[in-house]
Amino acid sequence: MRLGKAALLGAVAVAAGFVATASTTTTAWAQNEQYLAGLIYRTGAYAPNGIPFANGIADYYALINARDGGINGVKLNYEECDTAYATDRGVECYERLKNKGPTGTAYVAPLSTGITFALTEKAPIDKIPIISMGYGRSESRDGSVFQWNFPLLGTYWSAADIIMQHIAKKEGGFDKLKGKKIVLVYHDSPYGKEPIALLEERAKMHGFSFTPMPVTHPGVEQKATWLQIRQNRPDYVLLWGWGVMNSTSIKEAAAVGFPRDKMYGVWWSGAEPDVRPAEGGAKGYNAAMLQHGAGQFAVHNDLKKYLYDKGLGSAKWDETGEVLYIRGLINGMLGVESIRKAQTKFGNKPLTGEQVRWGIENLEISAARIKELGFEGVLQPMKVSCSDHEGTRAGRIQQWDGTKWTVISEWYESDDKVIKPMVEAAAKKYAEEKKLPIRDCSKEN
Amino acid sequence: MLYREAGQFKTSYDADQQIFPIVQDRVFVIAVVLAAFLVVPLFASQYLYTEILIPFLILSLAAVGLNILVGYCGQVSLGTGGFMAVGAYAAYNLWLRVPEVNNLVVVFLFGGVMSAAVGILFGIPSLRIKGFYLAVATLASQFFLDWLFARVKWLTNYTPSGSVAVGETSVFGWKIDTPVERYLFVLAFVVVATLVAKNLVRGHIGRSWMAIRDMDIAAEIIGFRPLRTKLSAFAVSSFFIGIAGAMWAFLRLGAWEPLAFDINRSFQLLFMVIIGGLGSLLGSFLGAAFIILVPIVLNQLPGWLGIKMSVALIGHLEFMVFGAMIVFFLIVEPHGLARLWAVAKEKLRLWPFPH
Repeated sequence: MRLGKAALLGAVAVAAGFVATASTTTTAWAQNEQYLAGLIYRTGAYAPNGIPFANGIADYYALINARDGGINGVKLNYEECDTAYATDRGVECYERLKNKGPTGTAYVAPLSTGITFALTEKAPIDKIPIISMGYGRSESRDGSVFQWNFPLLGTYWSAADIIMQHIAKKEGGFDKLKGKKIVLVYHDSPYGKEPIALLEERAKMHGFSFTPMPVTHPGVEQKATWLQIRQNRPDYVLLWGWGVMNSTSIKEAAAVGFPRDKMYGVWWSGAEPDVRPAEGGAKGYNAAMLQHGAGQFAVHNDLKKYLYDKGLGSAKWDETGEVLYIRGLINGMLGVESIRKAQTKFGNKPLTGEQVRWGIENLEISAARIKELGFEGVLQPMKVSCSDHEGTRAGRIQQWDGTKWTVISEWYESDDKVIKPMVEAAAKKYAEEKKLPIRDCSKEN
Repeated sequence: MLYREAGQFKTSYDADQQIFPIVQDRVFVIAVVLAAFLVVPLFASQYLYTEILIPFLILSLAAVGLNILVGYCGQVSLGTGGFMAVGAYAAYNLWLRVPEVNNLVVVFLFGGVMSAAVGILFGIPSLRIKGFYLAVATLASQFFLDWLFARVKWLTNYTPSGSVAVGETSVFGWKIDTPVERYLFVLAFVVVATLVAKNLVRGHIGRSWMAIRDMDIAAEIIGFRPLRTKLSAFAVSSFFIGIAGAMWAFLRLGAWEPLAFDINRSFQLLFMVIIGGLGSLLGSFLGAAFIILVPIVLNQLPGWLGIKMSVALIGHLEFMVFGAMIVFFLIVEPHGLARLWAVAKEKLRLWPFPH
């Protein structure tokens, strides 16, 4: 019976744990701190890509606290929660953290398209804005319907359009695309499916053939897909992958002899962890950058001085020049600047999500301000408004030369003549389905 | 001392055939249900509702459904996630395309009925194939249904990304939008469904399932028709699972993609049933509680104890401790948590004077 007793004791202990869950713990919060929840992933299948991003965000907040003493005297209190890129886990994290601090979290950056979709339903009720920088619903850029979503610095449709413009330029104009074959290899999830609508539209306009090819999560098994590509011999392959799927695709491309310089990845497929495992096979591979790139910038001097020289940085110093780390930095910076903007209206104190939403919607970052912030060379000037929650639609193409990313194109801007009607139609359909009210953007501000 | 049935005489068949023949059991269960309806709303926070109670209740219902099939009828199924998806998408399409029926009870029951129909279809092979082979056949149904909802655009109303969302929901004109309303609605649904399930499994239908489970040839010889019995188990099981899927989609997620009902969901539910106890409704609830709550508790434990740890370390520790706990419970009690509960009751009977 000893085992039985042990089991009973174990069960009692677990049950006691449940009771502990039920009794909510109350914590005293410093009253003059802005609370920020971070949904990140340092574990799970996508951790190699999640970790540098999480480090970038954490370091930027730490820098603001260390260098400036917070935003106009309001210190940032940042707490992470690990979602492992799973939607239900991400929602649990969000619910756990959203009401902490004196005012609740200022905004949330879900860092996953699936979690963004789930939180989009919760944001209007909780009044917490979502900054989904470069991901999430493409139509959420329409602020008249998606009041709480901010896909800043470009959506998937913008990214796909920028890649198509680059390809058209290489071929000598969009009219030269007629009869070409373009294949999209995508992660079979809402994330991967997002660009299909735009690419189908472009295919109709210019008469090229477009074939989407799904790859199931997590994407380590792609032999069949690439065999098909070898048979079809497409002119270009677009890659919408994440994590281990990217390096697998590049390796498979090398195996079937598809030229890597005719492969274009989205920004989720354009970081160091994506190309390094493919070693020499990745040379010549391209990816779209939405604003960010690799390298050291002026802001790194401050990072070194205030954090890394004191041993307070969360990454290794060599990693701070990597694509995803810099993307994390930008995400942190946009959040901080939004709070700063909101403070001009609501005062220098911790702000609620609703107040910060106003700050993001009225965010404007000029070239001079970008320089001041130390992000010169990374970012284009941007301006968010009620009807445009994207801020800017400019992007470049970068190429992996075997050891580092180099920018190989000038700035492109996605074509609003194509995208805007699609955004409006999709947003309208969403609003009708959900019976949502539509804001009149001409009356705002 | 407290838990002893001595002196409780059953003087009629009705008294003997009650669900809980022992007074203490009856009082305890009624008290728990009443507490869930009346006491919980007095103190519960939003987090407790949306992240703990609602997921626990919905997945308990799905586990009850799976337990009918696996635990009572002995047909191993790995297609649970797919059947949940059928319920969810059937309910979504009814809600979307027939706006006049904005009543969650109708919508959910429709999801359940559609799921039952699909369950019967995929249950037909169970007549010829058994055990592991049936598990593989149901695995095929999981992949087929995953494929169906990812590829047939009509089912997801042609959304570009394949992710669908529901808006306003109501029951007989009562709008369900706050967490406490959702909780009460789910609770009511689960209590009624569990009562139905309990009466099914202790009646002649349940006995025919168990006969098939214990030895199908013997059951056939004494007069149970295997086809009808197995298919009825598939139907009832998928019905509950379909309702759970619809509730998971509408009341837990709000917006979802086929990935929410992938193979991992099937495994998760199968583990709930195995750890909770095969062939026990109580086990379904205990298993669901274990699988859902333990990781959340483990994840937050360092915070409560005031230990500073990086979230990555917490994440890895959570996996390790959770895995160790599963192994521990399966070694010390292979028949599941429900069996532990029974052992506890046995001990309580003798307490404080065990021989």
